[in-house]
Amino acid sequence: MTATTTATAAALALGDDALVLSHRLGEWAGHAPVLEEEVALANIALDLLGQARVLLSMAGDEDELAYLREERAFRNLQLVEQPNGDFAHTIARQLYFSTHQHLLYARLATGDGPFAGLAAKAVKEVAYHRDHAEQWTLRLGDGTDLSHQRMQRACDALWRFTGEMFQPVEGLDIDTEDMNAAWLESVGDVLRRATLTVPDGPQSGAWTAGAGRQGLHTEPFGRMLAEMQHLHRSHPGASW
Amino acid sequence: MVTLTPLEAELLEVAGSVPDPELPVLTLRELGVLRAVHVRDADAVEVELTPTYTGCPAVEAMSQDIERALHAHGVRKVTVRTVLTPAWSTDDISAEGRRKLREFGIAPPRTRSASEPVSLTLGPTRTHPSEAPADAPIRCPHCGSADTELLSRFSSTACKALRRCLACREPFDHFKEL
Repeated sequence: MTATTTATAAALALGDDALVLSHRLGEWAGHAPVLEEEVALANIALDLLGQARVLLSMAGDEDELAYLREERAFRNLQLVEQPNGDFAHTIARQLYFSTHQHLLYARLATGDGPFAGLAAKAVKEVAYHRDHAEQWTLRLGDGTDLSHQRMQRACDALWRFTGEMFQPVEGLDIDTEDMNAAWLESVGDVLRRATLTVPDGPQSGAWTAGAGRQGLHTEPFGRMLAEMQHLHRSHPGASW
Repeated sequence: MVTLTPLEAELLEVAGSVPDPELPVLTLRELGVLRAVHVRDADAVEVELTPTYTGCPAVEAMSQDIERALHAHGVRKVTVRTVLTPAWSTDDISAEGRRKLREFGIAPPRTRSASEPVSLTLGPTRTHPSEAPADAPIRCPHCGSADTELLSRFSSTACKALRRCLACREPFDHFKEL
């Protein structure tokens, strides 16, 4: 592949992660446990949407890419398309993904590649997302018996989706093994402080998930896309 | 620093005096989001604007307001370009801007030393006056007390956190350091 197409492929991968998670978090609007949390999740979604717009615009027309691609053309991680579940599931997904995104953007920001500018800006936003997820993980994990149990269940359920974050992405010059080690240390530290057990299953392998980067997605993703795209597809070219 | 022609300085002043659409007490210049004005032609001007947050929805309104202000000033063609590099920081808010925020009831962001990476302290959410001076307490914009606590990391916009003063009991927004 040429330099341009590898950069495009990487922009799609990172842009789709941000877009899809943004949409999932937006689904909490009107449903979050408290008003402050609804606002917080919507703000995180907005940050991600801003990143998605920049990244998808590097790969083509942002609206066409977001609203007119079929499921198999999306390159996002399977982790970010997982349904919100209960609040603990959303927080576990946030902890896993924001820790990954923070490590990734911090590395991209120090290089001189096509993503350095965005990464330098977004890494500061994501630091707040990560902090938000960490504080909730501590509160739920080290909370009541029930909150502990549900937080542990969420961390266990999503663990098998975490290995995919450390597959190399063409066009990104990143030492993924080093990043995986840093991620394990950071997430492990939060989980232990939250009195939770670090899931002991493998992050990747035959029994784990993770082919989103190749366009293979889990069943809930199709339904999410239908909701996200139906308005645009029903009224092509509409504006107000 | 690039030297500005007198005309560019004049247009920068005009564009910079446009109020922020969400925090109208601040001008775009005080917020530090206006990066440059280039005169491209006899009456064509390019303005460089940087967003506070990547997803800041106010950028479109800002662009339109800048265009309107420059048109009214006699510029025929105005192009507003969004630039991400170098990334905006709350350190770009001017001293006057900070004063106005406080007056408006928003605790201004604390300044960070130049080019220091953002490191978040993950300690207790309650700020005591006795805390280390390196991490200055966030003071209530109403009564000035340093005894304030965090209610939510994200408030009415992504750039603000919601806090409460434990002295006067008033809730207030804090413009988060970025």
